[in-house]
Amino acid sequence: MKPGLLAIIPFIGMFAGPIFHNSVTPFILGMPFILAWIVLWVLIASATMAVIYVLDPMRDAPDEDMP
Amino acid sequence: MTIALILLALSALTALGIGVLARSGLVMGLEQWTVGGRGFGAVLVFLLLAGEIYTTFTFLGASGYAYGLGAPAYYILAYGTLAYVISYFMLPAVWTYARRHHLVSQPDFFAHKYASKVLGVLVALVGVVALVPYLVLQFTGLGVIVEAASYGTIHKSVSVIIGAAVVTLYVIVSGIRGSAWVSIIKDTLIILVVLFLGLYLPLHYAGSVAGMFAAVDKAKPGFLAFAATGKSVAWFVSTVLLTSLGFFMWPHSFGACFTARNSSVFRKNAIVLPLYQLVLLFVFFVGFTAVLVVPGLKGAATNMALLKITVAAFPPWVVGIVGATGVLTALVPGSLIMMTAATLFSRNIVAAFRPEQTDEETVRLAKMLVPVVAIIGAYFAISGSSTIVALLLMGYSFVTQLFPSLICSLLPRNPVTKEGAFAGIAVGVGAVVYFTLSNQTLATLFPGLPEFIRDLNIGTAAALLNVVTLAIVSAATASRRQEVAAE
Repeated sequence: MKPGLLAIIPFIGMFAGPIFHNSVTPFILGMPFILAWIVLWVLIASATMAVIYVLDPMRDAPDEDMP
Repeated sequence: MTIALILLALSALTALGIGVLARSGLVMGLEQWTVGGRGFGAVLVFLLLAGEIYTTFTFLGASGYAYGLGAPAYYILAYGTLAYVISYFMLPAVWTYARRHHLVSQPDFFAHKYASKVLGVLVALVGVVALVPYLVLQFTGLGVIVEAASYGTIHKSVSVIIGAAVVTLYVIVSGIRGSAWVSIIKDTLIILVVLFLGLYLPLHYAGSVAGMFAAVDKAKPGFLAFAATGKSVAWFVSTVLLTSLGFFMWPHSFGACFTARNSSVFRKNAIVLPLYQLVLLFVFFVGFTAVLVVPGLKGAATNMALLKITVAAFPPWVVGIVGATGVLTALVPGSLIMMTAATLFSRNIVAAFRPEQTDEETVRLAKMLVPVVAIIGAYFAISGSSTIVALLLMGYSFVTQLFPSLICSLLPRNPVTKEGAFAGIAVGVGAVVYFTLSNQTLATLFPGLPEFIRDLNIGTAAALLNVVTLAIVSAATASRRQEVAAE
């Protein structure tokens, strides 16, 4: 499996919360549920991109020189 | 002259000074003025792309949207994050191709990829038209800030004109390097200001962030979750998808990525930028606290929510600092937008019909166009009455129409022909214009459809028409070309 496919995870996660539990409660860390859910997925998205970066064979490939 | 206004003037002057200093020792040719000679490292590119996050749109728009509509504001936090996820894969490919062929603008890219000058002109037109509401939004923000910092003594239209004049001067003297440097001050200031306001105001007025949200929920039940109809979950999902795809289709964001020195800059930025925009959370806190403290603002007046609560809670010098920060959040993006619009017009529209035009003439014409763009923006900012977020969403519907042809052009074997790309973009943009001018939504067009389809962002329909047209026309023109080749 290509590591790039992991990028689908933040999309699914971000939308799953509002779709399956569109509610103000429970409050998490004082925030309404959906807001807290989205904040959580911002963090997970960043972590996912870090994992993809580490697994990416291209990440340090030098850019081709100017012709 | 109040202390608040003096601070505002100081921040504008400082930005101008830095703009002049940043260009010293550099000859402002086309590549230097527009893409910084393609020599920006990770930090400057980060700041240019992040400059996108902290504009008047987030500062005043996001707080006003949270204040006026509640939960729908959350979309702003979600779409940026997903846009950065996409950018990890898209921007290195765009950058590599652009550098190999010495491209400096978004229409250059389309024209070169599809070997079609006409397509380049169309893409430039779409970009210029989409940039107008984005510029209007920055000027509207400037107007609101000066009006608030002068405690109502300077009228909105006068402050818009002053703001437009300052931005124009700034663009002409500075170029993109100045914008990147001023971004450092702007982002430092805005992070400090927003963290302070977002933590202090809920604490001061409701005891804690939790207390503030509990009070808002009690005052307006359901305000903090999505409504069952209208701006519902379906609206949220479709809007986030459309805007995250459109995020880097803005000609100035697309152009900003050409400034990078190498392509790994974008991969690293995709990890950090989602975290960087979490500051938005505190902007929401300010907007929601304002619901409790300064209730009653309606429509375009919700743009004032953050400044109204600041005026209510603090002495004039704090209002001045907040206002000065706001001025920078409008100045930097405003200057990038004006520079991009003028360059697109000069390089990709006028020069397309005047092949003999030299780069020097292109830059000269672009600089002459900057004040024209400013006057158009100021006119709409004074006469218009939209909220900041509504303006941005309109521009997004336009630029998102470029996404299907762009992403296909990055495939190893592009199935889309230049005719297909042209027809798709033209139909998509035509649909957006029709929906916007006639004020149609999917609910008014198709009242019989299920609720979740009626609530979809109207841009979804335009994008769908775009993709269908693109597929049909590409299929037709590709087979005809094969026949011709076979004969």
